[in-house]
Amino acid sequence: MPFSLHFSPTPLITAPSPLSKPFFLVPYYHTLHAPKSPLCSSMEHALTHQGKQEAFDLRPEDSQTLPLGLRRDAMPSHVAVIMDGNRRWARLRDLPVRSGYEAGVESLRKIVEICCKWGIKVLSVFAFSSDNWFRPKVEVEFLMSLFERGMQEDTGIFFRENIRISVIGDLTKLPKALQELMVNLEEATKNNTRFQLIVAVSYSGHYDVVQACQRLALKAKCGLIEPSDINVSLMEQELETNCTEFPHPDLLIRTSGEFRISNFMLWQLAYTELFFAQSLWPDFGEAEFLKALLAFQQRQRRYGV
Amino acid sequence: MEKEVMSSLKMEGNILCSASSFIRKCIFGVLRVGAIPNHIAFIMDGNRRYAKKQKLSHDGAAGGGGRYDAGFWALMVMLLYCQELGVKYITAYAFSIDNFKRKPEEVESLMTSMLEKFHLLDILVKRLAVRVHFAGNLELLSNELRASAMELTEATAAYSKSVLTICIAYTSRDEILHAVRESCEQKRIGLEFGNDDDDEIKLMKVEKNMYMAVAPDPDIIIRTGGENRLSNFLLWQSCWSHLHSMRVLWPEIGVWNLVFAILNFQRNKTYYLEMKKKEKEL
Repeated sequence: MPFSLHFSPTPLITAPSPLSKPFFLVPYYHTLHAPKSPLCSSMEHALTHQGKQEAFDLRPEDSQTLPLGLRRDAMPSHVAVIMDGNRRWARLRDLPVRSGYEAGVESLRKIVEICCKWGIKVLSVFAFSSDNWFRPKVEVEFLMSLFERGMQEDTGIFFRENIRISVIGDLTKLPKALQELMVNLEEATKNNTRFQLIVAVSYSGHYDVVQACQRLALKAKCGLIEPSDINVSLMEQELETNCTEFPHPDLLIRTSGEFRISNFMLWQLAYTELFFAQSLWPDFGEAEFLKALLAFQQRQRRYGV
Repeated sequence: MEKEVMSSLKMEGNILCSASSFIRKCIFGVLRVGAIPNHIAFIMDGNRRYAKKQKLSHDGAAGGGGRYDAGFWALMVMLLYCQELGVKYITAYAFSIDNFKRKPEEVESLMTSMLEKFHLLDILVKRLAVRVHFAGNLELLSNELRASAMELTEATAAYSKSVLTICIAYTSRDEILHAVRESCEQKRIGLEFGNDDDDEIKLMKVEKNMYMAVAPDPDIIIRTGGENRLSNFLLWQSCWSHLHSMRVLWPEIGVWNLVFAILNFQRNKTYYLEMKKKEKEL
């Protein structure tokens, strides 16, 4: 899901609540690793021309205080989120659908910041499902442009905050320019180690398993493996979540009160604790996230034993 | 639970019903005004906690009945209610491959309990005209248990009123791996005989090789015991399922729990059907 990390001159939404301050801002500017495409000029402009800025908390995670009740040793390594409710949020406020998506971006920014502060290593977000291609063309095109814009604007932040970006899904269906951007961004941030954001675009759990199966079939065809050799380890090497050290989410949060997985990461969710939040995604903030994490830390995970 | 099942079976065809049975039929009649799920899956969690509450040991010494007897009767009651409602497919997560990691005496107790129940299950499913299917890696079971399972499957193959799938020695990942291996093997055989009319393995090919291919995807997955996770159950099939977690322990599940789960399903049914249709189009 894209971020817009600086104020645009004209606010993109007209929601009653103001657009948040830019996040991930720091009071100085470093020379960045040069990505393959020029992506940071607007970020540089924003940093040098901003007024009062809120610095992102750069203290190591260990020294940061967690909210009361939350235990650092029991924090999930990988949290997955189904960011549901953006359109409903907009409809409830008589706003255009795009406003809901913009508000969703704000919410995602906050959650990413909180994850970094609280020591969560990986956050996976279900940005665009394979099924979302059936949505109205105008809406899909807007989302694609939102992804593109957000990724272009926020690259500087990913480098500065040592965030790794990974994109999973069937990228062949995306516009060529967006595909290139995503691939370049993944490549450029692959050595970042502080936090990993996995963005699922044009993705479904079924697609992930089927593409892994096709890759394994190809290996069998070339004589590299026997079909009978296929086991959990071989399968997980071919799944798209092979991009992370923690491929299995410990906690899945779905917002908007729906009690469904909706075809997200089916294999990977075998032992994941599920948390269904009633609030719509743009309204999902620190308090709700804390509730989810506290609930997670209360659960007894037995793994079938 | 046992009395409820037996009295319901005796009452079949009898115009005089007990008061609770009459009330239940009225409630089910109201439920049937809305959509009734075609397939309900149960994660039968809470048997050990129930046994602890009732102070039942592994061999079923104190409290009357074996440790898992109450769980068996709860499944029979749910089967009865689902059939009354018109739910055609019922799936129950009886024993996971992960459960083999439990203490040996516990695993043995469970296996013994399952074997003992086959005769009773045989009578009940034939009375209710239920086709029984066992999903899982049956090679992991003892010869005796596997033979009993195969025998019951064959004996009920002709029934079509409802289908009861018992997942035993099952995990969804094992099921997916099995389906992937089969698909790759079939692909290779296709290649060797020059029958490579389809360059890719598609979703439907993988689905055909699943243990659960006998039933459509579940409309509702009900988990008792208060936990909110799938525990490696029907991961592939659960993508659009309504997930319903309830605090009640499995042996204590009753008609109201089922009614409430279905009412929740009926609230979300339109979205579910739409998504299923779209995925098929893809």
